[in-house]
Parts: sequence; C-alpha cells; structure tokens
Amino acid sequence: MNDRPSYGSVFFMFLRNSLVRDLSFRSNFWVECVSSLSWVIMNLGFYLLIFSYTNSIGNDTGWGKWEFFVFLATTLLVNSLVQMFFMPNIQEFSELIRTGKLDFALLKPIDTQFLISFEKVNWPSTANFLFGILLMSISLYQLTHRPNDPIELTVGMVAVYIVFLLCGVAILYSLMIVLAASSIWLGRNTSLYDFWFYITSFSRYPMEIYNAGSLGLTLKMIFTFAIPILIVVNVPARILAQPMGVDPTDKWLLSGYMIVATGLSLLFSRWVFKKSLKSYRSASS
Amino acid sequence: MAELAARASTWWAIFQINFYEKLVYRGDFMLGTLMRFLPIVTQIFLWSAIFSARGGGDSAGEEIVGYTYYNIVAYYLLSTISRAFSSMPGLASGIALQIREGEIKKYLIQPLDLISFFLLNRVAHKLTYYIVAAVPFAIVFFICRGYFEGWPPTHVLCAYAFSLILSFMLGFFMEATIGMIGFWFLEVRSLLFVYMLFTFFLSGHMFPLDMLNELGGPWSTIVKSLPLMYLAYFPAAVFLEKITGAELMWGLIVQVGWVVFFIIASRLAFHYGVKQYSAYGG
Repeated sequence: MNDRPSYGSVFFMFLRNSLVRDLSFRSNFWVECVSSLSWVIMNLGFYLLIFSYTNSIGNDTGWGKWEFFVFLATTLLVNSLVQMFFMPNIQEFSELIRTGKLDFALLKPIDTQFLISFEKVNWPSTANFLFGILLMSISLYQLTHRPNDPIELTVGMVAVYIVFLLCGVAILYSLMIVLAASSIWLGRNTSLYDFWFYITSFSRYPMEIYNAGSLGLTLKMIFTFAIPILIVVNVPARILAQPMGVDPTDKWLLSGYMIVATGLSLLFSRWVFKKSLKSYRSASS
Repeated sequence: MAELAARASTWWAIFQINFYEKLVYRGDFMLGTLMRFLPIVTQIFLWSAIFSARGGGDSAGEEIVGYTYYNIVAYYLLSTISRAFSSMPGLASGIALQIREGEIKKYLIQPLDLISFFLLNRVAHKLTYYIVAAVPFAIVFFICRGYFEGWPPTHVLCAYAFSLILSFMLGFFMEATIGMIGFWFLEVRSLLFVYMLFTFFLSGHMFPLDMLNELGGPWSTIVKSLPLMYLAYFPAAVFLEKITGAELMWGLIVQVGWVVFFIIASRLAFHYGVKQYSAYGG
C-alpha cells in the first residue's frame, strides 16, 4: 500500500460524492440554484437602476456600464468558486472544533487542511458560476463591439485573467481559513459568516471609489496591504475591462503585488492553521 | 380586575426575564452593531462616485430624484434605524422550528397566548437592543451629522416616531404569519429566503424607492403597493421630509391598515394551524 495518498483521486472522490449527495435531493438542489440566482439577478437589477442615473462609477475612472458588468461578473465568478469549494467546508470546520469532532479529521492519513477544505463541494453554486460566464460574455461582446476604441481580446489576456481569478480565490480562501482557525482560540465563532460578509463587502466595488478623502485612502491602504481583499476582483477585472488601464504602471505594479499577496496569504493561513491545531484541545469523549 | 392584575404581573415577569437575559451579551451586541455600519461605508463611497460622475468630478448641486448626495447618505443611515425596528431575526424560523419539533405544544397547554408571548419577548429584546445599541448609533450619527440638514419640525418627528413603532408591529406580525405557515408546510426555509430576498431589495434597504419612479413601467407602483416599503423606506423618507402633507397622512393610514391586516392574518393562521397541528416530537 502506498503511504502517500493520491490527492488528485481523493479530490475527485469528494467531487463525486458531493454530486451524488446533492442530486439525491433533487428538488432541493433546484431550489438552491434558483434562490441563489434570484439573489444575483436582484443585485443586477440594482446596478441597472444605478446606471439609469449615471454613465460611469466615479468620474474619469473608466468604469462605464459594461466595464462594471465585467467587474460584476468577475465578482460572481470568484464568489461562486469560493462558495462551491470552501464556504460549506470552512463553516463546518468551526463546528468540528466546537464539538470536538476534529479528532477524526486529525487521525486520517491525509493533510488535515486539505481534508477540511475540500471535503464537500456545493454543486448548486455552479448556477451562479454559469450566470457569471453569461454576464461576462455579454459584457465583453459589448466592449469589443463598441464604436469608440473597442477592446481587442487576446488569448493571452484570457489566460492571465484566469490566473488572477484563481489568485483572488486563493486570497479569499486564506482569509476564510484564518477566520475559521481563530475559533480554536475563541471557542466558538457564530458571527464568522457575518464578519466575512461585512469584510468582503469592501471588495465588491472598483477601488477607484475609495479615492475620495483621507478615510477612503486609509480604507484603500488597509484593504490592499493589510487584508488584501480589494485586489481580489479589481486586478482580474481590470485585465479584461481596461486592458490598458487608466494608469499602466499602476496596473503592472498592482498585478505584481497580487501574485506576492497571494503567496503570502496562503503561507500565512497555512501558518495560522498549523498554529491553531497545536492549540486544539479535543472536546469530544 | 384581579385577573387583569395577574396577567400584568405575568407579562412583567416575561419582560424582565428577557431584559436581563439579553443584557448579558451587551459587549457582543455593541460590536455587532458597529460592524453593521461597515457595508454602509462602501455604499457611501459608491454613491459619492456616482454623484461625482454625474457632476463631472463635483458632486455638489447634483440630484437624483430629488436626493442630493448628502440626502442619500442620510437616507442610508436612517434606513438602519428603520431596520433596527422592523427586522425580526429568527422570529419566523423560530416559530416554524417550534412547530416542527413539537415544542409549540407547551404554549398550548399553558394559560398563555402564544402570539402575545412572542410579541412581549420581541419588545423586551428590542428595548434592550436600543438601550445597548444607542451608544454605537450615537457615535455613528454624531460623526455623520454633516449629512443632515438639522432636525425636522416636531410634527414630522412625531409622524416619524409613529411610523417606526408601526414598522416594528408590521415586521413582527408579518414574520409571525410566515412562521405559522409552518403548521401546514413543516419546512419554510425556502419561503423565508424569498421573503428575505424581497425585503432586502424592496423595503428600501438597498436604495431609496423613489428611484423607481423615473424607471417607467409599473415597477414603482408595484413596489409601493407592497407592505415591505414600510419596513425601511417609509420612516426614513418621512424623516427626510420627502413625504409630506396628504401623502404622509395616507401613508400612515395605509401602514396602520397593513398592521391590522397582518394581526388578523397571524391570528387566523394560528387558529386554523392549531387544528391542523399533530404535536410531533416528544
């Protein structure tokens, strides 16, 4: 018997098991798809309403209607990936700590962080993912077919976009792990989801909106450098919606920084996770 | 007379128990309340960007459906107050859960009226909430006082206070009615999700509902004939004097109407629900 488990096949097994479980309750599966989609569509309605009163978000920022919808689609893609792979697992992780059931995960001959991060896959989130792709396609069609300087889409841009999209997912994942691991010290963490919602609400808009006043600049600095959630959507969305960017140097600096931030976040979350496991005192039996 | 006194003392006891129970977690409460203002910060920046785009870099003098940038910020802050009155976290799901688990029978065999008991619980909960949350609310409103044009006249303040109390009642009886649907469909989670979704977008929590006016089509009329707008939009718009005169009078009358409607609906649902009820659980 091989000592090292094959992570690929274990992951594939997780995917399959979750799909089987989700499809066993088929009407529940569809209700979940429809309800998460209706949330997204209502949000889209809100932005359509906003764009009936303005033609761009911020003056001279370049975030017109279709550019912003590329941004929105990116938010949707990042969030649906996080919801699909990590959200249910990491909520479960806090619960495992509280009830002491983490013992079982610790005993398995596989990396604990891998196990608790991927065990469940929330398949209904693919509905949002597909909707994100649809919205992205429509917005990109509009941007590439507009009469004044249409965007020229290249394969390279799409490839770079995908890389940065995954970086964004990795940053959010790291933040989640850090938040959840903190429940080892706090005993329980009921407001985890609330905190997550409030913090990530800063990542939902183009970072140019924070260019007003000292409070805005402070927030921009904090959420770019201390907790790098502002770049999660901003960097990939800019690659597609504003290929040249408003300020090219700024764009390359930010992209470079995002790669570094992703690496650092992952390392930091891994460190917090290991540290938290050392403080874990089983509450079971 | 004695019966009335006995009832009053029961209610007083219920109220006190809740009050002290809630005060235990006051630190958590205050922190939670402050965190609730975080999403508003992003909304303020978003609207600042929208107004500055309309004004070509300067948001002063720009108006959207009669709201200046300052009005919009004031509106968002006021809508958090309306929602502090009208939101009932866990009420409908709690009632539905008690029905499903069979716990509700303990109210049926005691000389207690279930709906009054739940209402008293909420009043106690809300009062505690306001007492403790007054500190963070005062801090936020003091910092943001520049967004307001001073206090409105007394009669507007009275109408505002009245509509806030009504929004509490409306929120309570509407959620209680939804919870009672649990007598028929043991699981009401997806129904609650739909209610939450509509409340979030159509109560005026996301944007002042006047914005729908210029959209054309029936949207504005549809949204404004739903009771949901009284949960957040209506009180805030009254305070900002966006609704005045006869319109204000009619608004308050319709709000009272909706409250009465849902009081009756929740009573009826409870009356017929109990007949349907088969006391699951041990």
